[in-house]
Amino acid sequence: MSYLALSLTLIFVLIPLILSKTLNLGLEKDTFIATVRSIIQLLAVGYVLKFVFDSEHLIYIFLMIALMIGTATLNARKKGKSIDGITWKIAFTLLTVEVLTQGIILGFQIVPATAQYIIPISGMIIGNSMVLSILFLNRFTAEMSAHRDQVELILSLGGTPKQATHHQLISAIKASMIPTIESQKTIGLVQLPGMMSGQIIAGADPIQAVQFQLLIVFILLTTAAMSSIFLGFLSYPTLFNDRMQMLKEKF
Amino acid sequence: MEKVYEPAIHLNHVDFQIGDSKIIQNITGSFPKGKITTLVGPSGAGKTTLLKMCNGLISPTAGEIFIHNELISTYNPVDLRRNVGMALQSAPMIKGTVYENLELPLKLQNKKLAETGAISYLGDVGLDRSFLNKNAVDLSGGQRQKVSIARTLVNQSEILLLDEITSALDRASVKEIEELIVKINNKYNVTMIWITHNLEQALKIGHYTWVLMKGEVIETGESKLLENPQNELVKRFVQGVME
Repeated sequence: MSYLALSLTLIFVLIPLILSKTLNLGLEKDTFIATVRSIIQLLAVGYVLKFVFDSEHLIYIFLMIALMIGTATLNARKKGKSIDGITWKIAFTLLTVEVLTQGIILGFQIVPATAQYIIPISGMIIGNSMVLSILFLNRFTAEMSAHRDQVELILSLGGTPKQATHHQLISAIKASMIPTIESQKTIGLVQLPGMMSGQIIAGADPIQAVQFQLLIVFILLTTAAMSSIFLGFLSYPTLFNDRMQMLKEKF
Repeated sequence: MEKVYEPAIHLNHVDFQIGDSKIIQNITGSFPKGKITTLVGPSGAGKTTLLKMCNGLISPTAGEIFIHNELISTYNPVDLRRNVGMALQSAPMIKGTVYENLELPLKLQNKKLAETGAISYLGDVGLDRSFLNKNAVDLSGGQRQKVSIARTLVNQSEILLLDEITSALDRASVKEIEELIVKINNKYNVTMIWITHNLEQALKIGHYTWVLMKGEVIETGESKLLENPQNELVKRFVQGVME
């Protein structure tokens, strides 16, 4: 793509800006900031990736993954402020999901163990895991505060905190996984996934692009399940004390 | 001379506070074993908080609670709550049928409730077997309270804490529940602590009564104290409720 063609893509930024101004949506500032940020962030990451790919040094790959996990953790933790140690719980979840998933991919030599594969796939794993964590925390905290009487009921009848939060945990895990599962049901029929589309546009064989996309689709399913379940089981005990009492300030 | 009963629950200088707000202040006293003690007092007096402390749902911020002469903190919370059952004021139901709600205390112990057992517990609270497969969300307020009481009976606790269990019931149902409570108390010698706003009920059913105001116990004794209270505040409270 030429720089002229690239600059013409700004038309797609002008359209929402004009619509926002005309309809008084008040989104001009946010749209402008989002545009500037995406230009700077993507250009920066492009140069960083070029450097990492060229150097092929393991330490840079680890640094990139650490940066992704750190940023994703800081973003997701805002939704779980009522849960003690949420930062470390999210970081641990993202790291575990990344290690397990990459362990399978690289262990079975599904893709070559090079930065060119590891980093983009890690980005998708960690990004998806972050979104799942946010969806899970949002739903779990809402479920807990909406059903605190049921939690109290089960505790009062001699149930453990795990039994008392079982229903809320299952609801939140299911709700957070539904978007991933539903979007995969219509994949290829309604939307062509970004990675596959990118490969096809860049001139790759569509069948090759589909094969990689299938890998990503399956990875996203496993990251979705692992993220919400890990985070769920790390989170619920912090809502209770050692006498199995609800910590009121957490609900 | 008044007979001295062994305490099922004893409170020793118990306080409960949230931040600077004192909900319970320096309460000392005993609930006699095998007897019905009613807790009366205006809203916000700390009655529910007191009950929740006895069930271990919350812990006192100062003082000690003894259950059967053992410090409450020495009990495993799960065992404590099965032994000291509590019917919550809001009578919350889990999603599902009346049977699933009745089975809940046993399900938490990985046990099952036989259908005949469930029918028997329903019968105890004046509901027939047709309720068994009804969805709990379709029950009226009174029916929910009855199912909640039946569910509390399933654990066969030695102590039962009842938080305004008849507040949403019609007169006929109130009478049924009162008779049931007296029957359980007589038959199984279960210790009962019953929060009620109905002073006639406290007089009729309770062996003993505690009057609470602003987190403090103002007057205690046999329930007939409500006929002739000694404390000025209690006198005014009783007159206010009776009028």
